[in-house]
Amino acid sequence: MRNPRRRGLTALATIASLASMSVLATACGSDEDDSKSDGKVSITVEGWRPGDEQGTIDAVKKQAEAFMKEHPGVKVEPIEWEWNAETFSTQLAGDQLPTTFRVPFTDTKGLAERKQIADVTEYVNALPYAEDFNPSVLAAAQGTDGKIYGLPTDVYGVGLHYNRDLFEQAGLDPDSPPTTWDEVQSDAKAIADKTGKAGYVQMSTNNTGGWMLTTLTYALGGRMESEDGTTASIDNDATAEGLQMLHDMRWTDDSMGKNTSYEWGPINEAFAAGKIGMYMSGSDVYNALVTTNQIDPDSYGLAVLPLADSPDAGILGGGSVAAVSAKASPEEQEAAVQWNDFYRESKNYDTDAAVADAKVLKENDQPIGTPTLPIFDEDTWQSVQDAIAPYVNVPRDQMTSFTDGVFDQTLIPEPAAHTQEVYGILDSVVQKVLTDENADIDALLADANEQAQGLLG
Amino acid sequence: MTALLARLPRRVGSSIGPIVFLLPMLLVFGLFSWWPIVRSFVMSVQQTNLVTPAEYVGLDNFRAVLDDPLLTTAVQNTAWFAVLALVIGYPVPLMLAVIMSDVRRARGLYSLLAYLPVVVPPAVAVLLWRFFYDAEPTGVFNTILGWVGLGPVPWLEDPSWAMPSLVLEATWAAAGGTVIIYLAALVSVPPELYDAAEVDGAGIIAKVWHVTLPHLRGIMLITLILQIIGTSQVFLEPYLFTDGGPDNATLTVLLLVYNYAFANTTGGDYGKATALSLMLAGALAVLSIVYFRVTRRWSE
Repeated sequence: MRNPRRRGLTALATIASLASMSVLATACGSDEDDSKSDGKVSITVEGWRPGDEQGTIDAVKKQAEAFMKEHPGVKVEPIEWEWNAETFSTQLAGDQLPTTFRVPFTDTKGLAERKQIADVTEYVNALPYAEDFNPSVLAAAQGTDGKIYGLPTDVYGVGLHYNRDLFEQAGLDPDSPPTTWDEVQSDAKAIADKTGKAGYVQMSTNNTGGWMLTTLTYALGGRMESEDGTTASIDNDATAEGLQMLHDMRWTDDSMGKNTSYEWGPINEAFAAGKIGMYMSGSDVYNALVTTNQIDPDSYGLAVLPLADSPDAGILGGGSVAAVSAKASPEEQEAAVQWNDFYRESKNYDTDAAVADAKVLKENDQPIGTPTLPIFDEDTWQSVQDAIAPYVNVPRDQMTSFTDGVFDQTLIPEPAAHTQEVYGILDSVVQKVLTDENADIDALLADANEQAQGLLG
Repeated sequence: MTALLARLPRRVGSSIGPIVFLLPMLLVFGLFSWWPIVRSFVMSVQQTNLVTPAEYVGLDNFRAVLDDPLLTTAVQNTAWFAVLALVIGYPVPLMLAVIMSDVRRARGLYSLLAYLPVVVPPAVAVLLWRFFYDAEPTGVFNTILGWVGLGPVPWLEDPSWAMPSLVLEATWAAAGGTVIIYLAALVSVPPELYDAAEVDGAGIIAKVWHVTLPHLRGIMLITLILQIIGTSQVFLEPYLFTDGGPDNATLTVLLLVYNYAFANTTGGDYGKATALSLMLAGALAVLSIVYFRVTRRWSE
């Protein structure tokens, strides 16, 4: 005997369970987003960073429309995306990346070797400037097999970013940033003492600790690996000297603030918010400081990194390669390379394209003229700079230390083998020095060197 | 015959009904729980990056994990988290529940307050607490401590402070659920026992000790093992708060599994990750069996 009310409930529950199953089924099936709807090749592309302002988003979308007018057979969808050491391989494994995305120079070879990104040699060679790349830049986009796995679209050298307001408040001259590491240390102390803000901060987590310790090591004349990437040399004098300096700033001068766990995004945020006097990052970080962190342009200053008096001292140079998913079809791969040419690369080569790009950026109030380094030869770079000069809207006169000085500095590529893994090992070293006053620097470096050597084989 | 025919549809109906009801659960469980378990057994003896074909490597992954110096660190840290969680996190909900069950007025309000943190999405809670844990003297907690002349405490910025800070947040986040379980169990304690104890001259502490706790023993043993299993698998707090730092001071076993699988930006080592997961699962299974054997007598 069933009472009618209960039967009603049973029916309802059955319907609900069937409905939930069909939802599940659609959820599983929705991935089959056919890339050739109405005969078009459809790709998703890296568009803007999480948190970017509307102007950035509008500018990308406008460019996508312009591209689709030129390539009627292709449908481009820019999406929100940013490379992050923590999430990248999860997205890669889960097939959640856009069709084309930028990865750091350090990762192209490893990804290519594991067949995680597509060989696009054929499509890159079809571009008008294929022969004109600076060979050392193109090398960053090549696999160990010599094939090309993407377009190297932006090159940076690390610079010293500083807050002009804090310099003034500390009684320092914002037009003469420090030129030696001793000055960095004394300026940092002045800022901390006078303003209560952190004078100098260095990234320490998510592989950025290793990235920046390597930068500091280069500036002091050391290396982390042999040039061929077979021997680790982490326990060198320059690295020890750099760590000792960090230790003294943190524990003796108390000029680094109490929060030491920073990586790329958070340190930009803290800097733009006026909490940090100086920090090292890529020369092009000003773009993100504007579009993501809304920095006050008047407060911004960019200087060349102080270099030690050593023939081996130089600045770390890196960049991004616009790579293409290995799972994309040949048509999608070709379309992706064409998009990267249109949106990211031709403006570095062709003055008309550079002006067209600057116009779109200007319309949307986006930064134009942030310092970069040449991807092709220096003349090409200079002609592009001249072409966009009328559109420049970033405070170039607050960046002269960098723009005047960087071409006299040696640009040193990042460690050749297992770069991000070695950076991960170095993260721990930096964290230890910044959080433990009694850290034994030599022992830490010896241990890190052994771990790194284990990776290099 | 007619009786049989009359009964037939009902029988068919009653046997299809349960299956229809079970289907979604079987499907979801099978797809999202059992299938991954089977896959992880397979992957633990393979070298695979999920793109190129997998290669059988025997027990190499297990050996590599056991040779990793970080494994010892991770096991020690996880044990430390479990101990701290036991010392801080285990008695707190019990005390809260006993006190709340004694409150006569607005009991619902207190239950709500205790349970509210459980409703806050964990990632949001961690981000909020990261803000509280600002190590500068101007941070929220350090300001409060400053009022009574304490601190500033380096919360997440010091290897020895980081883990207790994580446990504090985890306790805050999880206590509500356990409080509800205890409250439900406390209702089952017959009020006559308290009256009888009172007649015998028992005070509050004596009543709790002689009446309440013995009645909660079964539940307490269950929540204890659940807590140990839960804390052995702690991941969210170290991942979101400190990413295992500073200097691996909060690297836990599960975070190590995650790092094996996903922290390498050129593709993960899923073999090592699944191998360590299986070892953790095995250790927890053994622990549970031993625990129930040992405590069987007490809980009867």
